[in-house]
Amino acid sequence: MGLLDKQFNNSNVIITSMDNLLNWARLSSMWPMQFGLACCAIEMMATGASHYDLDRFGIFFRATPRQADVMIVAGTVTLKMASRIRKLYDQMAEPRYVLSMGSCANCGGPYWEHGYHVLKGVDRVVPVDVYVPGCPPRPEALLEGIMKLQEKIRSESLVKKTA
Amino acid sequence: MTPQEISDKLKTQFPDSILEIKIEGVVDPYIKVAPEYLKDISVYLRDNVDLQFDYLMCLSGMDYGKGTLGVVYNIFSMKKKHKVNLKIEVPKDKAEVPSVALVWQTANWHEREAYDLVGIKFLDHPDLRRIMMPDDWEGHPLQKDYKVPELYQGMKVPY
Amino acid sequence: MTELPTTQTKTSTGRSVRTEEMVLNMGPQHPSTHGVLRLELVVDGEIVIDVIPHIGYLHRCFEKHAEKMTNYQQVIPYVDRMDYCAAMNMDFGYVLAVEKLLGIKVPERVEYIRVIMAELQRIASHLIAAGTYGLDIGAFTPFLYMFRDRERILDLFEMTCGARLLYNYMWIGGLSHDLSPGFIDKAKDFCKYFRPKIKEYNDLLSYNEIFIKRTANVGVLPADVAIAYACSGPVLRGSGVNFDLRRDDPYSIYHRFEWEPQVGMGEMGKVGDCWDRYMVRIREMEQSTNIVEQALNQIPDGEVTSAIPKRIRPNPGDVYVRTESARGEIGFYVVSDGSGSPYRVKGRSPCFVNLSVIPEISRGHMIADIVAIAGSLDIVLGEVDR
Repeated sequence: MGLLDKQFNNSNVIITSMDNLLNWARLSSMWPMQFGLACCAIEMMATGASHYDLDRFGIFFRATPRQADVMIVAGTVTLKMASRIRKLYDQMAEPRYVLSMGSCANCGGPYWEHGYHVLKGVDRVVPVDVYVPGCPPRPEALLEGIMKLQEKIRSESLVKKTA
Repeated sequence: MTPQEISDKLKTQFPDSILEIKIEGVVDPYIKVAPEYLKDISVYLRDNVDLQFDYLMCLSGMDYGKGTLGVVYNIFSMKKKHKVNLKIEVPKDKAEVPSVALVWQTANWHEREAYDLVGIKFLDHPDLRRIMMPDDWEGHPLQKDYKVPELYQGMKVPY
Repeated sequence: MTELPTTQTKTSTGRSVRTEEMVLNMGPQHPSTHGVLRLELVVDGEIVIDVIPHIGYLHRCFEKHAEKMTNYQQVIPYVDRMDYCAAMNMDFGYVLAVEKLLGIKVPERVEYIRVIMAELQRIASHLIAAGTYGLDIGAFTPFLYMFRDRERILDLFEMTCGARLLYNYMWIGGLSHDLSPGFIDKAKDFCKYFRPKIKEYNDLLSYNEIFIKRTANVGVLPADVAIAYACSGPVLRGSGVNFDLRRDDPYSIYHRFEWEPQVGMGEMGKVGDCWDRYMVRIREMEQSTNIVEQALNQIPDGEVTSAIPKRIRPNPGDVYVRTESARGEIGFYVVSDGSGSPYRVKGRSPCFVNLSVIPEISRGHMIADIVAIAGSLDIVLGEVDR
């Protein structure tokens, strides 16, 4: 849909489809759940701070999963924590998305070989929409991951079932 | 006090508890003691006026590999600014060491970690249970012959 | 499950009411526990009777990895990820331990650069600590200000080694990269820029009436309890104990600079409360800026990679070396069996030990005070769980 003010020419009326409107509303105000686990959490905080602002994307962090619609899994997932992640994912209301940030959440990261307590990738417990590689990913990389998630939401449709 | 003086003092006080003293030829001098005397030695180290070892820097569980486990204590004195290192070795099938958690309160969590990861049981510990691994984990991961389990609660553990 | 004790209390109108203790879970996912820490609170209404910390939710098997790596240098990225807010200090500790085991000495330029990086990292880490502490108490603006200044330090680090958070910069025997041209001028500009900012933080947060009411006289840690629990760093110095490893158990070249360890003096309440610990961190940032400036003026020329050994094969033996990280005493107990990879590396982390004191200092406070206490201890779970 693009920037809203470009759509108004003469009258204060826009004609659009329900799909576009809903998707635009959802992607412009994604509220993540505060879920920093390890080092990537510091980069997520730095992305949210003033240098690489997340608020201009409409994103601000919510403490509880009931009011969040995206879960950014930032950091290593251990076996002890995995059941809690599943519980938190189940507590989120649909439509919900998961963004896996960093190598540890993607595939186990540097701990893949000898980590007896590390879950090799958060996609073993929750379904993931976007993977952001890096150890830790730069704030620009996380922003690109969020924009890719926005692209994914933009192409959703009311008649097609989402995840 | 130099390491030699500290070990001489300990030797005069507890003559049959010292198994080995190594000061020359190593980077960090250490004293190897018999496990039964550990409680008395630690109280003496903490309370004696010339020694005053009141700060337990580190307590590490060790797997020496040849069928023995061990514990290493690195102790420091805030007032006198000297250090001492104690070592204990016990057989793997009967790995029991007296606890010093009531002498230096910091040992409480360190001993729980040594029990959890290496498998050494500490006698008279106020609350000996697993600290890092989940409560229903089997095995002690830092032992040299540890095998990683295939599944844990339905999740695949290896890559 | 055992029955919780119940008591009969009288209300203000004289009626008798049966009350019961409740177990509340400040679970692994919580906005204010600085990571995945689970605090089990036994509360009577709003007053906390006992706190039982549960850790291990970020246990990443660092010690097993250290044993399985083929090389002593390969352990350094894992050491970084232990305390990810102060990675340079972690590198410093491990590298000093292995160098002591090997018995090698590094060139002068390497010593100076290591001190500069460690002190800049200390400032960056205290900015995170103070910023998130303000966030926990409810003040959002200092968080943004402190992270803005932290970005300047991260620019300096990125100029040197390419990474913002986890560097793998200090190697055994030297460094991975020399300083870029222009680093010294940029660092001097940063020091000049940063000093007035500390006054800004004091105006915004430290002497704010609400902040003082939330943190003064909360979580008082007496000095003898701190020593018995082997606390270190700002937690120990906040309780009035004048002990800093850089001066009292010296390593590297800290004796060449003029600086003072900062001690809590009970200005706003009792000695050893949360405000003291927080203020020690703010004042330490200023001292670190002094050290960086002096080091930048004295730094000699030279090589940084000339002393890095091609093969690291120490004699069999063990060593325990401790350094002052931003959070306290980080110690590495390294055991070598004569081969190219370590036999055992134990990381003695300051936050693991500082966290064990939380049941002692939280009894009798309210639930909201637990947030203030946990924030003032400045815990990083990557280090607690290793």
